[in-house]
Amino acid sequence: MIGILAVLLAWQLVAASGLVDKLFLPSPEGVWRAGSEQYARGILIKDLLASVGRVGAGFALSAAVSLPIGIAMGCSRVICQLLEPLMGLIRYMPAPAFIPLLIIYFGLGEEPKVLLIFIGTVFFNTLMIMDSVKFVPSELRETALTLGGQGFQIVTKVVAPFIAPQVIDTYRINMASAWNLVIVAELVAANEGLGKRISLAQRFLKTDEIFLGLIVIGLIGLAIDLSFRLLMRRACPWAN
Amino acid sequence: MHLSVSGVSKTFGSGSKAKHVLEDINLELDSGEFVALVGSSGSGKSTVMRLVAGLELPSSGTITVDGQPVKGPGSDRGMVFQKYSLYPWLSAAENVAFGMQLQGRPKREVNERTAYFLEVVGLSDAGRRLPRELSGGMQQRVAIARALAADPKVLLLDEPFGALDLQIRETMQEFLYQLWERTGLTALLITHDVEEALLLAQRVHIMAPRPGRIVRTVEGKLDRRDLSFLRLSAPFLELREELANYLRVLDSTMG
Ligand SMILES: Nc1ncnc2c1ncn2[C@@H]1O[C@H](COP(=O)(O)OP(=O)(O)OP(=O)(O)O)[C@@H](O)[C@H]1O
Ligand SMILES: [Mg+2]
Repeated sequence: MIGILAVLLAWQLVAASGLVDKLFLPSPEGVWRAGSEQYARGILIKDLLASVGRVGAGFALSAAVSLPIGIAMGCSRVICQLLEPLMGLIRYMPAPAFIPLLIIYFGLGEEPKVLLIFIGTVFFNTLMIMDSVKFVPSELRETALTLGGQGFQIVTKVVAPFIAPQVIDTYRINMASAWNLVIVAELVAANEGLGKRISLAQRFLKTDEIFLGLIVIGLIGLAIDLSFRLLMRRACPWAN
Repeated sequence: MHLSVSGVSKTFGSGSKAKHVLEDINLELDSGEFVALVGSSGSGKSTVMRLVAGLELPSSGTITVDGQPVKGPGSDRGMVFQKYSLYPWLSAAENVAFGMQLQGRPKREVNERTAYFLEVVGLSDAGRRLPRELSGGMQQRVAIARALAADPKVLLLDEPFGALDLQIRETMQEFLYQLWERTGLTALLITHDVEEALLLAQRVHIMAPRPGRIVRTVEGKLDRRDLSFLRLSAPFLELREELANYLRVLDSTMG
């Protein structure tokens, strides 16, 4: 907190001193003014909802797909050997490189952006969830078996609750790349969104709006991170 | 109930990596008996228990419960491990209820039996606590209550007190003995502590390593009315000393 305030103060001082061209470094008030103006015109909220919506949709899809596949890979040697090499490979293909292909397939609408976020996070999510399954102590599974548990019950009653904290953490960590990807996608092609606004601002040399965009993106990222931490504390009090 | 292990051998792996772990294990267990398996580390005690539990299958020989061959794990053979014995996300009471819920017992029965078995292990007041809020000894008592609540024919205990401090271990030994007297459970206990085995079990099998096999069986006819007295009595100490020596010799000649 003190660190942030210090940076703000330094920013204000440097901007006020006139040492740096206003074009390169807008003042904090300037950014604030740009923000209130965008807010008043309704663009800020519209951009924000557009970006958050894309991240939400793409990441929700990714989370929903990676959970069962990750657990299946962690529980079954066969499934793991089948999927891991493929995923390990695709994981290293930078997701933004898929943008041209997605645009060719799906045009300029919402689908390519949502799918980009999906592609960019689903492999990491899956592999990290798979790894967490490998840390379930065998004693916990075997105890369930000697208590009369059957195959699938071990997954739902032992594996799933045990990995819940790691799953939440996986989502929290990979959410950051989802957020990166939506900005990248919007820089390339979009009608609205925080990334779009930044690229427009660049065209008109409005550095204050670029700064505004960056700050808003950072704040939302922080808010998402904090909500995942809160979720963790609420949902898995035993794991702290 | 009759548990019979006859002519059981176990080899892990195959070819050049094959590891012959157990050789011709024979043991019998009847309803209400308390039998112990003692041996040094690596003598194959846990493997015997895992075979009885059905978590591994024998390479040769047969294991039967009431004449039925063991084909896999089941709730007729409850097990308590030394480590990671409780589900950390469940309270003590939920842990006790866990097995009964897996079995699909009616909710009312689950609640009643949970309360009963928590009381049996003296933890009625701790039902709502999470495992990490319980001491090691309390955790093992919950694990025993959970195993018993699932209504097994035989309770398999793999060094259940191995991770506990000496003093707590003695308290837990007395607790387990009283539990046995009170509920008439049937138990197979694994330990590397000769004193623990002699104190609790009517029959003690001693195992030698590489490959694991039973080399001696002791029927301890001891007066168990007062365990803390028994611990210090001359015949007990003599027997304990003799067996401890026996194990030491086994280890040095085998190692
Ligand atoms: N799944 C397995 N694969 C290969 N070797 C195994 C396996 N399980 C056990 N062993 C080997 O079998 C031998 C006996 O192991 P086991 O755990 O039964 O001994 P133990 O008497 O219980 O020892 P401890 O007192 O240390 O628990 C050891 O040498 C061990 O390495
Ligand atoms: Mg062992």
